[in-house]
Amino acid sequence: MNNYTKNIRKISSNLLEDGRVDLVLGFKRGTLPMASVPGIARTPEEAQGFVWDTNCRLNLANYITDQKEKIGIIAKGCDSRNIVNHIMENKIPRDQVYIIGVPCTGMVDKNRIRALLDDEIKEFKEEGEVILIRGAGQERVLDKEAYLRDNCKICTHRNPVIHDDLVGALVKEQKIEDPFRDVAAIEAMEGEERWNHFEGLLSNCIRCYACRNACPLCYCPACFVDESKPQWIGKGQDPTDIRTFHFLRAYHCAGRCTDCGACEEACPMDIQVRDFTRKLVKDSFEIYGWEPGLTLDRRPPLETFKPEDSDKFIK
Amino acid sequence: MAEKRIKIVAFLCNWCSYGAADLAGVSRMQYPADIRIIRVPCSGRVEPRMILAAFREGVDGVWVSGCHPGECHYLEGNYYARRKFVLMANLLSHMGLDKGRIHFSWISSAEATKFARVAREVAHEIVSLGPNEKLVKKAG
Repeated sequence: MNNYTKNIRKISSNLLEDGRVDLVLGFKRGTLPMASVPGIARTPEEAQGFVWDTNCRLNLANYITDQKEKIGIIAKGCDSRNIVNHIMENKIPRDQVYIIGVPCTGMVDKNRIRALLDDEIKEFKEEGEVILIRGAGQERVLDKEAYLRDNCKICTHRNPVIHDDLVGALVKEQKIEDPFRDVAAIEAMEGEERWNHFEGLLSNCIRCYACRNACPLCYCPACFVDESKPQWIGKGQDPTDIRTFHFLRAYHCAGRCTDCGACEEACPMDIQVRDFTRKLVKDSFEIYGWEPGLTLDRRPPLETFKPEDSDKFIK
Repeated sequence: MAEKRIKIVAFLCNWCSYGAADLAGVSRMQYPADIRIIRVPCSGRVEPRMILAAFREGVDGVWVSGCHPGECHYLEGNYYARRKFVLMANLLSHMGLDKGRIHFSWISSAEATKFARVAREVAHEIVSLGPNEKLVKKAG
């Protein structure tokens, strides 16, 4: 058991024992290797089921929306930014969450690791920065850093931006020279090529809405995809409807997306849906100098304006 | 006679651009007949999903027009709209839609000549791009 897991269990059970929170949100072991599931602990005993490893890719801020109980929540850097978003958007008051911060060194990309073995992975072990995977008759030792998810590779907020407690010492933040290289690569394509890039990206989409459900930003009581009068978007597998869905889903995250990668983690078809949101992350940073979830003192870009904003594209 | 006529949807704000269209009409100014006008309370009311819905129904271009900055009937609706439009237009073009299919303008209700001129520019650009195939929902 690593130190993070030990401390998470200790802090959580102390909180529950003292009655300072009604429940703690954390990660529990999934049923397969390389899987973790969000879990709730309401008693100190249940808190002993919490784990922390490099497979905690989902975003727990998703589960605190409009909750009435006092919640303890395990939060890595991106989760904590989403909690800031939630507080800013009046989805939960600050004093209703007890944030157990986890300084994070990144989560691994399960697809790239799975592809290494011919057969399924039977065992996944992590020791410090080294990972051991074992399948039928095969075994590989990996350097964790080489297998980080794309969003973790370019993350510059690994430490929680707000926290009430920490499970370990703060980690060193990365310095990324060109964080938007991925977006620039798509921007460099010709119009038709870009269209085809997204066409190929979405060709597998089954409209399960897992990306929407995993996203802490998506909490509207009635989502635009469910509205029927008027019906903004068809229900089926029509390519236009699929593209419209992905465009609007991304657009609703404009100026709010923390690039936590929960959407990609949840996608059962392994679609890189971040290709949509990344463009908005880049634009809100480059045009409005905004990185979401870092401060409670400024309002997000689409909620405010400056009279001197650029008019150049307007006739 | 087989050629499909270009269709452009214009979302015009009630207080300025719609007034300009009205004035252009009563002044008998010439502007292209490809434009279908939808009157909205404010350019800030226009949402991306409305624009996508228009494309889905088969229009070839969209034009959104409101009051000049500082002259919004609701004081600041067009300032918010301006920020929305930047991110929206950028993302649409990032996805591969031709940039020339979406246009924005500020036209006050006295600027009938500007309305006619911009209408000609918008129509000219969209006609030159030809019928839109992208984001259109095809039957079947």
